[in-house]
Amino acid sequence: MTADRHQIVTTVNGERYERRVESRLLLSDFLRHDLGLSGTHVGCEHGVCGACTIHYDGAPARSCLMLAVQANGHAITTVEALAPDRDRLHPLQDAFREAHGLQCGYCSPGILMTMTAFLEENPSPTEQEVREALSGNLCRCTGYQHIVDAVLLAASRMRGSSSG
Amino acid sequence: MKPAPFRYVAAESLASALALKAEHGDDARFLAGGQSLIPAMNFRLAQPAMLVDVNPLRDLDYVRAAGDGGLRVGALTRTRALERDALLAERQPLVHEAVPHVAHPQIRNRGTLGGNLAHADPASELPAVLLALGARLRAQSSRGERWIEAQHFFVGVLTTALRADEMLVEVELPKLPPRTGTCFMEVARRRGDYAMMGVAAVVALADDGACTHAALGYCNAGATPVPGTAAARVLVGAHVGDAQIRAAAAAVERELDPPGNVHASKAFQRHLAGVLTRRALQTALVRARL
Repeated sequence: MTADRHQIVTTVNGERYERRVESRLLLSDFLRHDLGLSGTHVGCEHGVCGACTIHYDGAPARSCLMLAVQANGHAITTVEALAPDRDRLHPLQDAFREAHGLQCGYCSPGILMTMTAFLEENPSPTEQEVREALSGNLCRCTGYQHIVDAVLLAASRMRGSSSG
Repeated sequence: MKPAPFRYVAAESLASALALKAEHGDDARFLAGGQSLIPAMNFRLAQPAMLVDVNPLRDLDYVRAAGDGGLRVGALTRTRALERDALLAERQPLVHEAVPHVAHPQIRNRGTLGGNLAHADPASELPAVLLALGARLRAQSSRGERWIEAQHFFVGVLTTALRADEMLVEVELPKLPPRTGTCFMEVARRRGDYAMMGVAAVVALADDGACTHAALGYCNAGATPVPGTAAARVLVGAHVGDAQIRAAAAAVERELDPPGNVHASKAFQRHLAGVLTRRALQTALVRARL
């Protein structure tokens, strides 16, 4: 069978890309190998671990459960776009550093993409809500407590900055 | 873990998608949310020769009031959209209550109602809910369309009554009678994981408080969503109190034959079914009497 290829045009982190991709290429592999955006991590490749979470048209999705060809005409955001510039981090990234929200860091990109969207939707979450929102992302190092602390810390700071 | 090669076609219309399915039959699969199909392809458990991507068919994404007070829901409606739909929350609180238990937010953002149902995982929440509600499902093909009752739609593990050329396009949720209470509950190891046991309960009362209708649907209790028929019989006609609820829960424990798995033995699943039945009926009754 000759490879089934498709021309796609997609926007990733605000930049337009035109590429020719094989239909079976996963979106996660497209981002990492074709675009060199290796911030998106690949863990289980069957939708359980959440490490590959990106935003597809603004909503968190697992990029290992999507095809690159499905990015055609859609907007993707990856962890590379969270920080506003080279010298500043996103408030959630800052909070992860301060509250020790990561150890090996493998799960962090997926958790950041999941929780930034969550905080936009729910700026004042309870600890329980944070834990439920985190349920789709596995972390084998931290035991989650410091991740929860970091998300709550970021939430309180982001509320402070938006009101003042 | 990468999918085996396949031909990808983005559907231009429902008619063209159905024509491809009619031509290729079981060799072609519809790609909706892909949250079950793509993992199966990554494992190469599924190796379809063709994927017909139905995501462009936005006409199949809706929650609409039907003339008779029921609801019509398009098969391509995302689980997340169901979660947030105000009309659905008002008219079908059972669906609204069950949907947050379906996997995780990232999955619900992509997963669709039709994909969930057509996948027919017996551990999934929505098949049990549709069974308890007496929903109907509309299948369409190039030959025409037909309605399938929920109780006849799910025929085995990952197997439905859909024919090789058919697509599930719409679900009809019938209007709940007045003085109806519903409740969905499940027990899972972790929020969003497969339930070790889950129950969808529907109880309707007459003006004098007697139970006129009861339906129970269980997830992860067998090869398909499983009805609690004996338990429902205990309730109908009775002025339901603690004694009847306990009797219904006991009937469920006798009636169900859950498979058991590494997370929960058969005996534990039975126990959970009894406890969940009791709690869900208590809550449904309180709601019916509001």
